Amino acid sequence: MGGKLHLDHDHLLHLLAGMLRIRLFERKCAELYQREKIRGFLHLYDGEEAIAVGVMEALGADDAVVATYREHGQALARGLPMDRIMAELYGHVEGLCRGRGGSMHLFDRTRRFFGGNAIVGGGLPLAVGTALGDQLLGRASVTVCFFGEGAVDEGEFHESLNLAALWRLPVLFVCENNLYSMGMALERAESNIDIHARAASYGMPSEVVDGMDVVAVEVAARRAVDAMRVDGGPRFLECRGYRFRAHSMFDAQLYRDKAEVEQWKAKGPIVRLRQWLENSHVVVDDEIARLEQAIEAEIEAAVAFAEAGAPEPIEDLERFVTLDEVPE
Amino acid sequence: MNELSYREACRQAIREAILADPRVFLMGEDVGCYGGCYAVTKGLLDELGEERIRDTPLSESAFVGAGIGAALAGMRPIVEIMTVNFSLLALDQIVNNAATLPHMSGGQFAVPLVIRMATGAGRQLAAQHSHSLENWYAHVPGLRVLAPATVEDARYMLAAALADPNPVLIFEHVMLYNASGPLDDAVSAVDIEHARVRRPGRDVTLVTYGGSLPKTLAAAEQLAAEGIDAEVVDLRVLRPLDMATVAAAVARTHRCVIVDEGWKSGSLAAEVSARLTEDVFYELDAPIVRVCSREVPIPYAAPLEQAALPQPAAIAAAARALLGTAR
Repeated sequence: MGGKLHLDHDHLLHLLAGMLRIRLFERKCAELYQREKIRGFLHLYDGEEAIAVGVMEALGADDAVVATYREHGQALARGLPMDRIMAELYGHVEGLCRGRGGSMHLFDRTRRFFGGNAIVGGGLPLAVGTALGDQLLGRASVTVCFFGEGAVDEGEFHESLNLAALWRLPVLFVCENNLYSMGMALERAESNIDIHARAASYGMPSEVVDGMDVVAVEVAARRAVDAMRVDGGPRFLECRGYRFRAHSMFDAQLYRDKAEVEQWKAKGPIVRLRQWLENSHVVVDDEIARLEQAIEAEIEAAVAFAEAGAPEPIEDLERFVTLDEVPE
Repeated sequence: MNELSYREACRQAIREAILADPRVFLMGEDVGCYGGCYAVTKGLLDELGEERIRDTPLSESAFVGAGIGAALAGMRPIVEIMTVNFSLLALDQIVNNAATLPHMSGGQFAVPLVIRMATGAGRQLAAQHSHSLENWYAHVPGLRVLAPATVEDARYMLAAALADPNPVLIFEHVMLYNASGPLDDAVSAVDIEHARVRRPGRDVTLVTYGGSLPKTLAAAEQLAAEGIDAEVVDLRVLRPLDMATVAAAVARTHRCVIVDEGWKSGSLAAEVSARLTEDVFYELDAPIVRVCSREVPIPYAAPLEQAALPQPAAIAAAARALLGTAR
């Protein structure tokens, strides 16, 4: 966290590994969905990995994260254990949330990961609140709040940006603009498609960055978080990217051309960094192949962990509807 | 015994809670400079400062959600919403976040938050400020829903609600703020689990809560003058319902009238009635009767507004008819 960014071999490989880990994990998720091991909604992050990986580089353990329903990438980049994520997707009690949340609702108190939220815009007020709570409790933490560009149309977006700016709360609002809110194209939904300009109207420093350039995302996120640690106020970061896969596993993608998807894939965050690393000879020999092997092994172990688990006993169905004490 | 207004009891409760715990603060619309739209928080900003008494913009969803987030981060917020009608703008945060996060996170996160709001009709504020929607919230697992109807409950329910690790909603009826009542010096706390018998009686049980309690007690006095001895049960806690107390009362009197300012269709009265039917059907000597608001948006004009609401005369008439039926 913090400090100067060193764009050396190790760091760039670390960023590539972070993105590959998400991509390969989700490839396995799609396969497990076809095999009916995973059910319900499954929203995959293909194409957007640079955003979660780049932003998380700017955070420390005491910072808070409020995520979306497309949050496997955000969760993995934050360090939530892959095996317990997979067990959650299986609906098993070994999962992070005992199988109660599934794909859209990953929570981890120990990593201050305040959930995948499946109400578009619903996480923004929460993020204002965790930042307020941290500020009142004298913590130096910041809260990062992820949301898609569709959330910009919700009243909660405007209410939350205003409140965070008004009360000078340390929230980094990260808009993952993938151009489609489900099937609704940006230009069909927005009177003003320049989202970061809307944030600026709340008097909040606001930046737009290529969301497929992991280094650019990291640089921008660090700049924002460093500034927030100095002045305590909120920042806005619009990351422009693209979702390569369908909205969810139920989506026939009638709203966009295959050619459009292929064009975006060619400039994807992983292929771009990988090619650059190879062409500039920063990586040598089979370094990336070995990296992929290690990730595949981690995924295999995560699947084995999930397979070995079981659903929560029915007797516990009503457990935690209300709590007897606040977990510390 | 001290005589105290309900409004003053609410104010004392908030003040005491903030002074007792550095994690407690109040936020809401016009709670500070204005002194609260029903003057509950008058003077508290000057005494406690802007960090503890926070005026918010007109953003119900954002400041309720911020209360939930602050609770997740370790604070003990009290959020005030002007009226239950406005709380609909924060329904997403209350129902989708506050009520779900503890269970959906597998018990990892608690939401120790209190939301206070005004409810009910009687001030000629028309259909967007006068409804009684507390039963909507009483439908939702994960929430505790309270309806203080007495000065004592207004004074002490808040502390109990703040001690609860779960989200608690407190509904303050607008017609109670000016009411006064005795506060027993020997009492310094109340429970938020049980219904309470406010008037013992043998002939019929009148079950009610919140702003309808004074009307129901008035009806019981009318009935007493006619030789009918009515028992009055104040639900106090709308979720989870204390059916044991209600059922015990019905088992004593064998007749029951439920008085609820909500509309009859899908009402809390319907829920209480259904549970009595399930639990103590064979104790009943007559069908359960409900006295609820007429099924209209509450109108402005005084005679129409009053005609829409449960009134002592109608409550007494229902009890009388019930006893007539049984005889």
